[in-house]
Amino acid sequence: MNVLNEWAFVGLFAVLAPVFPALPIVIAWLFRPRKPNVLKSSTYECGVETIGDTWVQFRVQYYIYGLIFLVFDVEMVFLFPWAVAYNEMSLFGFVAGFLFIFLLTDALFYAWKKNALDWK
Amino acid sequence: MEELCTGLCSVLTETGVELGLAYFLSLLAGVLLVSGVPLLTVIILIWIERKVAARIQDRIGPNRVGPVGLLQTIADMIKLLSKEDITPTAADRVLYNAAPLVSFASVVLLWAVVPFTPFHYGVDLEIGALYFVAIASFGTLAIMAAGWASNNKYALLGAFRVVALLVSYEVPLVFALLVPVMLAGSMSLVDIVNAQSGMWFVVLSPLAFVIFYISSQAETGRAPFDLIEAESELVAGFNIEYSGMKFGMFFAAEFLHVFTNGIIMAILFFGGWMGPLYYESPLVAFAWLGAKGGLIYFTTLWLRNTVPRLRIDQIMAFNWKFLVPLSIANLILISLALKVMQELGIAPRDMLSASFGDLLPATAILLVINGAMILYLLGIMRKRGREARRESRDARAGYPQAAGAARH
Repeated sequence: MNVLNEWAFVGLFAVLAPVFPALPIVIAWLFRPRKPNVLKSSTYECGVETIGDTWVQFRVQYYIYGLIFLVFDVEMVFLFPWAVAYNEMSLFGFVAGFLFIFLLTDALFYAWKKNALDWK
Repeated sequence: MEELCTGLCSVLTETGVELGLAYFLSLLAGVLLVSGVPLLTVIILIWIERKVAARIQDRIGPNRVGPVGLLQTIADMIKLLSKEDITPTAADRVLYNAAPLVSFASVVLLWAVVPFTPFHYGVDLEIGALYFVAIASFGTLAIMAAGWASNNKYALLGAFRVVALLVSYEVPLVFALLVPVMLAGSMSLVDIVNAQSGMWFVVLSPLAFVIFYISSQAETGRAPFDLIEAESELVAGFNIEYSGMKFGMFFAAEFLHVFTNGIIMAILFFGGWMGPLYYESPLVAFAWLGAKGGLIYFTTLWLRNTVPRLRIDQIMAFNWKFLVPLSIANLILISLALKVMQELGIAPRDMLSASFGDLLPATAILLVINGAMILYLLGIMRKRGREARRESRDARAGYPQAAGAARH
């Protein structure tokens, strides 16, 4: 199978994959009772009614973790080709990879030093 | 799958079906065959999970429906089918309904690249390992969408925690995944398994396996990392507003994800289908993969049912201040040691053709390095444990200064 066929397989798989969970839901739609009322379709609140709008702004701590993650996520995309070529590289190939990882690890230690990693 | 697709395609064209249609039909048959494996196993998995949990908690577990309760899942499915489906009026309808589909589909999609035997797999993508990471993160997205779309404070808290937890643990997961990719010199999962014919990668780099294991436990949201659905604080977390079959889909996706991770770990670190007599028959190879994956799956269940839940600050500190630096150090040390050995001619440059004997010196040296790192880590943990114990003791004894220091 050539490359195009492989991705045709993955593409068809991706189209069909949501169908598998959708099927039982559709079957359930045929059988299930439908008796909605206002109380039933209100938001579940476990006793005490919650105060204010739910869709509020995130706490900034979550964003900080997201940002640090983004740095590493992009780094890893670049490291995959490096890892694949690893066996054919000379020692310099390791040094280059090491410098790249080191520079970004530096950012982690900076964030650590600035207490950005502490849960506040 | 290749042979099946091309074979079926040629048979169909001979019987007079148009080429394009024949191609599509053979592809469809392949997809249905590969996706059948996870869809059928998930029914058994739910039973296994409940039975194992019951035994660990000194209960019997499901034992009424069918022999030893095997048909319990079917009965549950029928019950879920007859349940009323409630969409809260406040919810974002499109996202709310799409989330369970995405959650389950992302796990099933992972099976497209799983090599069952040397010749039976969906596709052997050149970027198989990257595909695994990319598709697995769709599950994170689904949980986030479910929590946000429900418009419920408990669900939203679960979604917030997903942002922090699942996204964070993806960093050590991928750094650990880089080690087998580096050793095999390929991202294709079939190549990675073939490269382990000399030596399993878990022997060459046990630390990478441990890191991968811990972070995949976090990725599936299982205890001790089950903060996203922490029953005792968030009621049910992100899936609180879901009912009926939609809830069932989240449930099935989680169970299947745990087993899929077990299989992926068996492929990356335990030689996949390799084992005595695997070349005799594809069934033997398939059984080896299933046995290894199943064993790893069992240990994750064991862990889930014995370890208490951690606090979010503990989890985040453990990830960013311990697991991430460790996974980076592990990657650098392994790559340095192996490169030096390759330059000196002790280690082979091509794992694919390397035999057990070729790899022995390299294995010994890598094991010593890994062992030294593990000992060093245990030292750090002991020190931290002592400090924590001293802090809590001082806090109890009523030293306000010490109690303040303990809060950092």
